[in-house]
Amino acid sequence: MKLLLALIRRDLALMAGRPGEWLMPLAFFLLVALLLPFAIGPDVALLARLAPGILWVGALLASLIPVSTLFALDSADGTLDQLMVRGIAAETLAAARLVALWLGFGGPLLLAAPLAALMLGMPLPMLPPLLAGLLAGALGLSALAVIAGSVTLGARGGAGLVALLVLPLAIPMLLFGSSPTEPGALGLAAATAMMLAAVAPFAGGAALRASRG
Amino acid sequence: MRFPVLGPIPAMAAPDLHALANPLRFQRFATALTPWLLVLGLAFMTVGIWRGLFFAPPDYLQGETVRILYIHVPSAWFAMGGYLGMALAALAAMVWKHPLAALSVRAIAPVGALFAAICLITGSIWGRPTWGTWWVWDGRLTSMLVLFLLYLGVIALIHSHDDKARGLKMAGYLAIVGTLNLPIIKFSVEKWNTLHQPASIRLSGSSIHPDMLQPLLLSALGFLLLFAGLVLVRMRTLIAEQRLEMRAMRRAARAG
Repeated sequence: MKLLLALIRRDLALMAGRPGEWLMPLAFFLLVALLLPFAIGPDVALLARLAPGILWVGALLASLIPVSTLFALDSADGTLDQLMVRGIAAETLAAARLVALWLGFGGPLLLAAPLAALMLGMPLPMLPPLLAGLLAGALGLSALAVIAGSVTLGARGGAGLVALLVLPLAIPMLLFGSSPTEPGALGLAAATAMMLAAVAPFAGGAALRASRG
Repeated sequence: MRFPVLGPIPAMAAPDLHALANPLRFQRFATALTPWLLVLGLAFMTVGIWRGLFFAPPDYLQGETVRILYIHVPSAWFAMGGYLGMALAALAAMVWKHPLAALSVRAIAPVGALFAAICLITGSIWGRPTWGTWWVWDGRLTSMLVLFLLYLGVIALIHSHDDKARGLKMAGYLAIVGTLNLPIIKFSVEKWNTLHQPASIRLSGSSIHPDMLQPLLLSALGFLLLFAGLVLVRMRTLIAEQRLEMRAMRRAARAG
């Protein structure tokens, strides 16, 4: 447990030192919210209706950005090898990265979401359930990022491959999360995210081990 | 461990499935089986589709267009079943570290993707006269599209790793995660929006008239045999490819 906390703290400190990793998804998210009104016109009623969907699509696309550096940097400079040679389980590393990403990616996202919602004119009573959905969604998206980042470790392929791996698996969360006022939808979004978060450390850990051997 | 009560167990009592795990023996077995699977599969499929097209009664609501179901439904079944089979192979590869199991992930993926594509195309052709559009955001059609994308992800991941064995492993993990997620995707997408008729054939029985069910089952058996035959062809190709590479490497080592 202490080890896990130390690893999470290390990951967060590294993230804070590389603003590109958390600022970039944030800027990307706001850009999506900015682009859509340009694309579909400034009709206030239409934008308000589309706002939850736009925010969710923005969050989904933004979650793809950290994937390519998620484990690749630690793998390139040998940190991953060092930690694993010391006997730290790959699953622990993946779990720590999952929590750090949830905090480091989900936190800024939740701060930016109200701003974007206001810009799109989303009705205010809808904001709390949408934010709750995004909080759960960020956990699930971080889990998918951990899985995608570990299975593509050492692969050619790039952003297109990551999108192909992550987006189909994120569809249930998108469906439940973007209609947060429907009865039961929030609970289902949270349940899906937790299922992914439970699987991700094991899939990610196995893939991290496979990437070394 | 032997149970003395049963007496000595005859040596050939049950086929030893472990024997097939030997790649050479598997090659021999697959070589013998492949033509049978392909020929029988084609035969069953032809008879099933022929009976479906010319002898089965038209549907009282959908008329003649319903006949596409003899292609559409079997391809949907085995696109889904194929994904499950691929994930089970990946699980076996992970637990027993057997190279043939890992290789079968790569053998199954494109065949499953092909079946999913057939299902999508026939569904779209059928949707035109029945629903009036080529594509509707119908739950069951959309979840088949997601399945197709999941197959593409597995195939892309296999080929994006330069180290082939590692690519197979990584794709296996992805397939296992996908299988855990697949029921959720199906449930969520079908809850989201559905125009599609519910499944007519369930474990508890079928609501289809026997005159339509019989050709459907014949055609499904044909599709299943063809699926297995195509996978075996691909397995043999992949094993042969692997041996060629090994030979080239040995030759290079000797020359260098």
